[in-house]
Amino acid sequence: MGAEYITLEYWEVAASALLLVITAGLALLFEVGLARSLAWVALRMVAQLLLVGLVLKFIFAATNGWITLAAASVMVGMAMREVMRRQQRPLQGVWRWLPGSASLLFVGVLALLYTLLVVLRPEPWHAPRQLLPIFGMILGNSMTGITLGLNAITEAITRERAAIEARLLLGCSRWQAVQPFAARALRMALTPMINAMAAAGIISLPGMMTGQILAGAPPVEAVKYQLMIMFLIAGVVGLAALAAMAGTIWRLTDERHRLRPDRFVQAG
Amino acid sequence: MLEVRALARLPMLQPVNLSLPAGECGVIMGRSGSGKSVLARAIADLDPNEGDVLWRSRSRNAMPAPEWRRLVAYVPAESGWWAERVSDHFVFPGDAEALLEEVGLPAEAMQWLVARTSSGERQRLALARALAMQPEVLVLDEPTSALDAESREKVEALLQRLLEEGKTVLLITHDAAQAQRLGQRFWRMKAGRLEPVDAPR
Repeated sequence: MGAEYITLEYWEVAASALLLVITAGLALLFEVGLARSLAWVALRMVAQLLLVGLVLKFIFAATNGWITLAAASVMVGMAMREVMRRQQRPLQGVWRWLPGSASLLFVGVLALLYTLLVVLRPEPWHAPRQLLPIFGMILGNSMTGITLGLNAITEAITRERAAIEARLLLGCSRWQAVQPFAARALRMALTPMINAMAAAGIISLPGMMTGQILAGAPPVEAVKYQLMIMFLIAGVVGLAALAAMAGTIWRLTDERHRLRPDRFVQAG
Repeated sequence: MLEVRALARLPMLQPVNLSLPAGECGVIMGRSGSGKSVLARAIADLDPNEGDVLWRSRSRNAMPAPEWRRLVAYVPAESGWWAERVSDHFVFPGDAEALLEEVGLPAEAMQWLVARTSSGERQRLALARALAMQPEVLVLDEPTSALDAESREKVEALLQRLLEEGKTVLLITHDAAQAQRLGQRFWRMKAGRLEPVDAPR
């Protein structure tokens, strides 16, 4: 690497923010009403990323299994919270967070162990420099897939109640009755991933690959890493969305094969 | 015999008892909001409810719900549709086109788009769709509410034929004349309570 890698000075980073300042100025001028929030998110991003940089510096220096585990746990916790918060029609009780969280944890750990033990085999196996970025990408994409899938299936169960009950009345089981709607929801959950795969390298250079190339990695090496991560994510997102949806459908129906919308958190 | 035993969904439906001999048509009348549809949904086991329903001494609660719903078919006043084309809703192989003809719809109706049908057409399609699974009992919630006189007569003739063939029909209707034409036993629903009444005059 090294040879082609240009170290950024802080003033150079600041210079790159100049365009953002111009945009904010224009927003102020035309009363778009975004100037304040633009400034706020930009400052927050600076603080977040500097903090993460410092934390990662510490974790990489330590390369201690327990510290890495603690960092991974915090990441899972944040992802679980985000899945829960983004639900448009939450369920009552533990079912508000259980399907999303359990499937997130399951696929996250599954994909991570597979990557570390079979694909990448870093030394030591829990090396945070490999483990944390990969875990983050798996979690982030699974989070999106689960959120899209859950919102689509709970919306279908609310809005298409008559259609689902019509299927139940024709002798369908609860799983058969929601199947067309679950299929649609799964398609929605997978669409961002499919779009990303289709666009990769033609319309956009994936972020991870761009980063590696900027950091001086040979392009073909960067491509190999990108392929690995895309395959992992594509494999895991569908599984995560399906598992979370299955848990939610199970709870929104009962053993007498009827819909139970009364198990949603009731409005008001 | 169709026997409804202490079927309840409080507070909308107080415990209901009802016996309807096989091959007969029972009619339930009553104002909107009195609980007629709640009773029909409870018979089909679509909402949590108490009590039991028996058909030929077989308990609903003792058999899987899908099996019960194929035996005792409930057709709501407005049915749901999940696919674009009419034909995709006929999940049972049977002779769907013959049934369509009997409810006064052409065979091409199978190729129609559900979104382009009228409420009267959908009402008849829903009836044909349910009949295709050859149930033994029909629970019909206002099956002719969206129909013109001619279509209503066709549907009533179809119901007469089914009764003659030995099917049992529990009919919910606002139409006293229709109740008189088809019914043999009569009940009135009032504020969630069901009571037997004489034939309407």
